[in-house]
Amino acid sequence: MNDYRYDNRTIQGFILSAMAWGVVGILIGLLISVQLWAPAANFAPYLTYGRLRPAHTNGLALGLGGGAIFGLCLYIVMRLSGRPLLFPRLARAQLWLFNVTIAAAVLSLLAGYTQSNEYAELEWPLDLAVVVLWVMFAANVFGTIARRREPQMYVALWYVIGTVIAVAILWIVNNLSIPAGLTKSYHLFSGVNSANVEWWYGHNIVGFFFTTPILAMFYYFLPKSTGLPIFSHRLSILSFWSLVFGYLWTGAHHLVYSPLPDWLQTLGIVFTLFLIAPSWGSVVNGYYTVGADWSKMRSNYLTKFFVIGITFYGLQTVQGPTQALRVVSQLVHFTDWVPGHVHMGTMGWVTMVVTGSIYYVIPRIHGTTIYSERIADVHFWLVLVGQLLFSVTMWITGIQQGAMWKATNADGTLKYTFVETLAKNYPYWHTRTLAGLVFAVGMLFFVYNVLMTIRKGRALEGSPGSSPAAAPVA
Amino acid sequence: MSGWIYRKSFAFAVATTVVVLAGSIATMAYPMLRADMHPRLEALKPPTPLQLAGRDVYQREGCVGCHTQTVRPLPSEVARYGDYSKAGEFYYEHPFLWGSKRTGPDLAREGGKRPDGWHRRHLENPQSFFARSNMPSYAWLAGRPLDPAEVTDHLNALALVHPELRTELAAVRVALAGKDEMDAVVAYLQTLGAAVPRQSPRAADLSIPNPVANDPTAIARGKQLFADNCAVCHGDEAGGQEGVAPSLVDDVFLGQRPDLPDAAYFAMISGGSDAKPIEGRKGQPDGGMAAFGSQLPQKDIWSIIAWIRAEKAHEAAEGAKAPAADHR
Repeated sequence: MNDYRYDNRTIQGFILSAMAWGVVGILIGLLISVQLWAPAANFAPYLTYGRLRPAHTNGLALGLGGGAIFGLCLYIVMRLSGRPLLFPRLARAQLWLFNVTIAAAVLSLLAGYTQSNEYAELEWPLDLAVVVLWVMFAANVFGTIARRREPQMYVALWYVIGTVIAVAILWIVNNLSIPAGLTKSYHLFSGVNSANVEWWYGHNIVGFFFTTPILAMFYYFLPKSTGLPIFSHRLSILSFWSLVFGYLWTGAHHLVYSPLPDWLQTLGIVFTLFLIAPSWGSVVNGYYTVGADWSKMRSNYLTKFFVIGITFYGLQTVQGPTQALRVVSQLVHFTDWVPGHVHMGTMGWVTMVVTGSIYYVIPRIHGTTIYSERIADVHFWLVLVGQLLFSVTMWITGIQQGAMWKATNADGTLKYTFVETLAKNYPYWHTRTLAGLVFAVGMLFFVYNVLMTIRKGRALEGSPGSSPAAAPVA
Repeated sequence: MSGWIYRKSFAFAVATTVVVLAGSIATMAYPMLRADMHPRLEALKPPTPLQLAGRDVYQREGCVGCHTQTVRPLPSEVARYGDYSKAGEFYYEHPFLWGSKRTGPDLAREGGKRPDGWHRRHLENPQSFFARSNMPSYAWLAGRPLDPAEVTDHLNALALVHPELRTELAAVRVALAGKDEMDAVVAYLQTLGAAVPRQSPRAADLSIPNPVANDPTAIARGKQLFADNCAVCHGDEAGGQEGVAPSLVDDVFLGQRPDLPDAAYFAMISGGSDAKPIEGRKGQPDGGMAAFGSQLPQKDIWSIIAWIRAEKAHEAAEGAKAPAADHR
């Protein structure tokens, strides 16, 4: 038993905030999925597709993703350093600023304040707020690790450190802009150069917001949940360094066949293919870890969240490089295939690992067990079915769209007008809304389960003879 | 990688930073120093205050979420939209608005393709042109005033990197007088692709006869094709729509009398407004007719003309009673 307390209240605050923003982001997602097939569901000016779509992506990336990263990474940092946070009050202040920032972010996007760069829509005052948040986060990550009691840094810590550094560089460079008032700015870079900077950022923010911190959770919570050690330390090392090296070269695969110089496009494509190796390093490591005892899939309800999560990571990191190839890109780029790809990563990989990790953390904070493993199972299957229905539907319609755009008659004239190609999407877009609903219901089961676990834990705290705050170092 | 670095957190952080910076410098920072990242087409003009205000509205409403602005160098894409996008077209674009999803069509070559009135009516009610379109209505942009002080601030900000924009500052108030956000967006849309000359149609031989003239099958087919492709602008019975497109069944063609031969119609449908000069007619300053040469096989175009001729004859027979009605 240790003589100190972990900063569990702050961790739980981040987790609950992430879940709240997750619900908001998913509801916005459902609305915009309806707007795609029912234009009357646009309510101008604030609730139109054009304004809601960035609110959906930012709300989920920064709100759900950011909250989960802050909470779970700080949790990992404390446990692996064997000490509480170096600046506990700073972390508490960060939690408050985080929620104020995300609320302002969503509202400002609905008001139409946007830089128009994908995943970097927020205007400059909010960009600065995010910088402050990140500095607060970095101070606790680096400070706590520097004062750790465990000499060796475990692989999860490498990924946390990589996340903090890379996101800082990406965020600052791409958000450089010329302010033209409090609510308006212009990207400092223009034209082709602007495109290149934005997709260097855009691809890597996915890499270092939705890959490296999630891998940190995977490498920490998979062994903790199953009691099985990571299969290969050497493979972890290889994967880590080649991933953080290779990622940053690949942004141009978003600009294939654009006016960007060809050499940059080709360089981006080549490194994208290279990335399969480090990505699958982690996939193989994960599979062989559980491979030591597959019965854990049956005996431990958490195992499947991590196994299916890393499976989608593996599929995602093969599909991505495939899309980067010119011959594939020309067919699927600009189509609904791409949202299908993105949602396999977010609804599959990220959601599975993050919710699995939260299921692990919340009971431990309260010295109890999960409220209901059965509800967790229902949540798992609904999320899985919803995500698969979503992605597969979008891949089919994406290929159809791409093929119809390209179809020509014998004399070289086009076979279909644009509206004909659009109208063919409607059945698939209806299906996507259904898929989103299934997913959303699954997530509500998750939220309910977590809240009930906390309630169960609080009831225990009230009873004599328990000391949940002094839970052993897990 | 030797083991000590996993025990030294500072050294580890430095190593990670170096590794992350390698690709960033090679693919993001270094290209900025190269001329091929900052090209500018000679014909490219800086935005006027009204056009910039329109682009601001385009940004604010997230139009980039559904409309791309890059034509890829693929045959089908060039056929659908026009010449593929050139790097030098985007010199003044802060940021680029190429987009990543084409829920609606690409707009890179939209400028000059259709008249202002078409855009206005389409923005007000997209479904009135394309029944199955999923674009929301932007009718509410009409009547929303433009703020000269705001546009001045925006021009000033851009002038920090493009000093030539300063010359427009004095004219902001005049340029925006009496204009609303709808006017601004339409003005902006009309600039898209303006720096790239559209391929002008080849000279047409006006003596070629219509190979399917008076052929009942062709006329029936032409009627269907007209309904699918032309009626959105020219009206169901080719009677025209005020401010959008002229009647095709009255005795005026291209604003003049007398009528022209079928081959002139063919050139117009195939090449769009750009074909007007080769027919000796002046083009409208704000564009007009879209080109269908890449969308419709030649025989289909001739069939449409055959149907128009039949309608014309029909209208002339009836027209003795009243002048051609303005179908609206």
